[in-house]
Amino acid sequence: MSEPAGTEEPSSERSSSAGTFSQVFAKALEGNTVTVTVLAIVTAAVVGGLLAAFTNPVVLHAPAGDIIPKAWSVVAGTYVALFEGSIVNPHTVAAFFQQASLPTAVHDGFLGAVFNPLSETCVAATPLILAGLAVAVPYQAGMFNIGGQSQLIGGMILSAWLGFGVSMPIVIHVIVCVIGGFVGGAVLGWLAGEIKARTGAHEVIVTIMLNYIMAYLLAYLLSSPSLLQKPGSTDLITPEVASSAHLPQLFGNGIMRVNAGFLLALACAFGAWWLMNRTTTGFELRAVGANPSAARVAGMRVEHAWVLVMSIAGGLAGLGGTAIVLGTDFAVNPSNFGTYGIDAITVALLGRGRPAGVVWAGLLFGALTAASPGMQSQANTPVQIVQVLTSVIVLFVAAPPLIRTMFRLRATRARGVGTTMSKGWNA
Amino acid sequence: MERQSVSGMQLELKGITKRFGSLVANDGISLSVTPGQVHALLGENGAGKTTLMNVLYGLLQPDEGEIHIDGKAASFHSPKDAIGAGIGMVHQHFMLVPPFTVAENVTLGIEQVRPGGLLDAGRTRREVRELSHRYGMDVDPDAIVEDLPVGIQQRVEIVKALVRNASVLVLDEPTAVLTPGETQELFRIIRQLRDSGTSIIFISHKLKEVQEIADTITVLRRGKVVGERKPPATEADLAALMVGRDVQLRVTKAPATPGDVVLSVDSLVVPAAVSSVHGTPATASTQAPVNGLSFDVRAGEILGIAGVQGNGQTELCEALMGLLPVASGSVRLNGKDLTQATPRARLDAGIAYVPEDRREDGLVGSFSVAENLVLNSYDRKPFARGITLSLPTIAANAMARIKEFDVRTESPAAPAGSLSGGNQQKVILARELGEGTKLLIASQPTRGLDVGSIEFVHKRIVEQRDQGVAVLIVSSELDEIYALADRIAVIYEGEITGFRPPGVDAAELGRLMAGGTDLPNTPLPEDAP
Repeated sequence: MSEPAGTEEPSSERSSSAGTFSQVFAKALEGNTVTVTVLAIVTAAVVGGLLAAFTNPVVLHAPAGDIIPKAWSVVAGTYVALFEGSIVNPHTVAAFFQQASLPTAVHDGFLGAVFNPLSETCVAATPLILAGLAVAVPYQAGMFNIGGQSQLIGGMILSAWLGFGVSMPIVIHVIVCVIGGFVGGAVLGWLAGEIKARTGAHEVIVTIMLNYIMAYLLAYLLSSPSLLQKPGSTDLITPEVASSAHLPQLFGNGIMRVNAGFLLALACAFGAWWLMNRTTTGFELRAVGANPSAARVAGMRVEHAWVLVMSIAGGLAGLGGTAIVLGTDFAVNPSNFGTYGIDAITVALLGRGRPAGVVWAGLLFGALTAASPGMQSQANTPVQIVQVLTSVIVLFVAAPPLIRTMFRLRATRARGVGTTMSKGWNA
Repeated sequence: MERQSVSGMQLELKGITKRFGSLVANDGISLSVTPGQVHALLGENGAGKTTLMNVLYGLLQPDEGEIHIDGKAASFHSPKDAIGAGIGMVHQHFMLVPPFTVAENVTLGIEQVRPGGLLDAGRTRREVRELSHRYGMDVDPDAIVEDLPVGIQQRVEIVKALVRNASVLVLDEPTAVLTPGETQELFRIIRQLRDSGTSIIFISHKLKEVQEIADTITVLRRGKVVGERKPPATEADLAALMVGRDVQLRVTKAPATPGDVVLSVDSLVVPAAVSSVHGTPATASTQAPVNGLSFDVRAGEILGIAGVQGNGQTELCEALMGLLPVASGSVRLNGKDLTQATPRARLDAGIAYVPEDRREDGLVGSFSVAENLVLNSYDRKPFARGITLSLPTIAANAMARIKEFDVRTESPAAPAGSLSGGNQQKVILARELGEGTKLLIASQPTRGLDVGSIEFVHKRIVEQRDQGVAVLIVSSELDEIYALADRIAVIYEGEITGFRPPGVDAAELGRLMAGGTDLPNTPLPEDAP
């Protein structure tokens, strides 16, 4: 498909719809993909609420006349628990103000309790943001990095090893470990990029396979006492990293776990934006992503760009693993990499492939993660419903036409990363 | 569904108006197509030809106006309605299923079924053979479409329309994809169809072709009918109608004053590509696309490489830019060997390149005009400061270049892909024609452009020559070669069959383009299909 633009006359896509109001609304939406995203989240919240209500045994076994009130109370309970678990719990605020004096309240940890839900949201968001960037940045260069998982593990292994196996002075140690985590992930990203550049193997296949390889390599390392396994332990776990390698907590050693890893994630998001939009390297990466032929003709080294962007992405995912090891878990076991590498794809999709979007999407999913225990215990809403909720959000975001149809918005040429990502498998 | 002898159909479009938002693509167009005539629609890109035909074919609904068939109003809500009414359309981009046979493609959608639900493949094949024979189309019903040359694929489209009993056949820019030989074949078929009573609507922006084939010429400009002519109308007259002012079809240029040799190509061989820039798979042919080419281009002269498309021109240009590997031979710029240099090194050495496929190779469609204007200089001063981009400088450069080259864009931040073909080409020229250019390589620089843009591009190229730049033009448009070249080289199957002065007559160039050599009294090889 390369017909010259000039020979194509305006086609039906631009055909006007009747009514000035809808036109004004549609104009507001055109290019304003944020609106679509917000509508998608709202729609998903409604759908999720319905699911939560009508899978709840209390609602299912209620007498016919009682179903609606019961359902309403379940939905309300679920979203109250979500709010209390991820942003602020009014009870803790009340408790804070019931204390005798402000200094004692702060000293006894009541202030910490007020901000703890936000802290947990940030903690859960940190690896999601970093791994999300690892998907979003290569996407701008035309690459699908499905290997967040392997790169995250790579970062964990190296940062953990540097954390417990090497002793260094206090500030230097943590810096070395963070750099090590970046390198650990970057090596895996580089490998995927290099394989694609040299052999043309599709990076999706390569990165998926590396995910398996790294998961089992980690299991092997953790089961070998001479390698990473904690001496004298039969569990699959590494020794604890030295306290000099811990990422400092932002609000002292209290209950709030939020640590420098979150700031690192925000800095990386800014750095990724700056790299892609303000530097010559970013210009090159974006050009290669948008049109590799034209980039090559303009003298850019396309293969070099692939390798570079995958290395950067791997490093970012590696930092996500580092933040887990040095920020909250302080040891590596076969489960603490979770599903961050895969969830990262969802985060990048919801963030429309842009660093700022990834931060917001990471925070949203972080909030859902942080609140899901509370939703389960308080509202009896199973954690699976939370996962369905996130999936429904992404489903709507990935299909803007669906949202536009539902809200009767004029169809526009879909340019967002959401749609192109799902189309891109043919590339 | 045996095809009956064609009963002529009187087709009339009355006051068709089609708007897209604020843009009026068709503004009260009326058109009357007489049975058994070739009716040409002539207009620049964007004049509204394709929109009008999409209205006729039921793909678009007109905002105003009516379609009349034999005096009765008809309304088409889908192509199915239009086909049912006897209208056939051959799109610029073929609607064929490449791995299917010709017969399968023809029968697609109107499958003949025998009792028991089995396909009656034999019947379609007979029909294709019969039609092919009647109009001298030489189409084999059992051939696989993707193996066929473009010209034959087009005939398959025509057969498709005829099998559906089309009595009005719309051909949208049918010659854009054809070689001159194939064009002549198409014209022969069109004449036979016309003589048997089919009406043809022939859409084009090429003056010569329209004059050659049309019985009536309707000229469109900015969505309106601006004139109707019967051949022979003068080309200048038609061109003036199309663009709304008098156009110089010939570039006025001073005689060349060639200087030193700038580009020297010696015995260049480019092997059959494993994959080109576009990643197209290797063909089975072992013949090297560029097979021992030698030529020089001097400062201040334009060397035009003429030839039928597909004789190694694309590969030659890509090899000169370092985009394809070279097997043997050498490329020198001002005596410096660049045979193995990277594309970047060649650009740095002062080569400017206007690629054949501007959308694929020349521009990043989703990038802004401003970004495209620095696509190969973004990392150099003054557009880069260290590792960062200097956005103010890039913006200022865009404003200056847009003004200088009269690029019609709503803003420098508009995506280049949203511009018309002519304006896209202006962006590429604005980027490439800068300070320090020693050699300009332009491949098909005006393909798909309207008359006004062609004139602009040609003037700029001659301007470069006059400033002492060596210029290499590769074009399959003889008009372009004549308009620009100070010296003509003809390429055939990857070899140069001869150099000629610009005054040489077209027959002689045609002989060389068909593989004739410089040796006198050589019998002309037959141009096998």
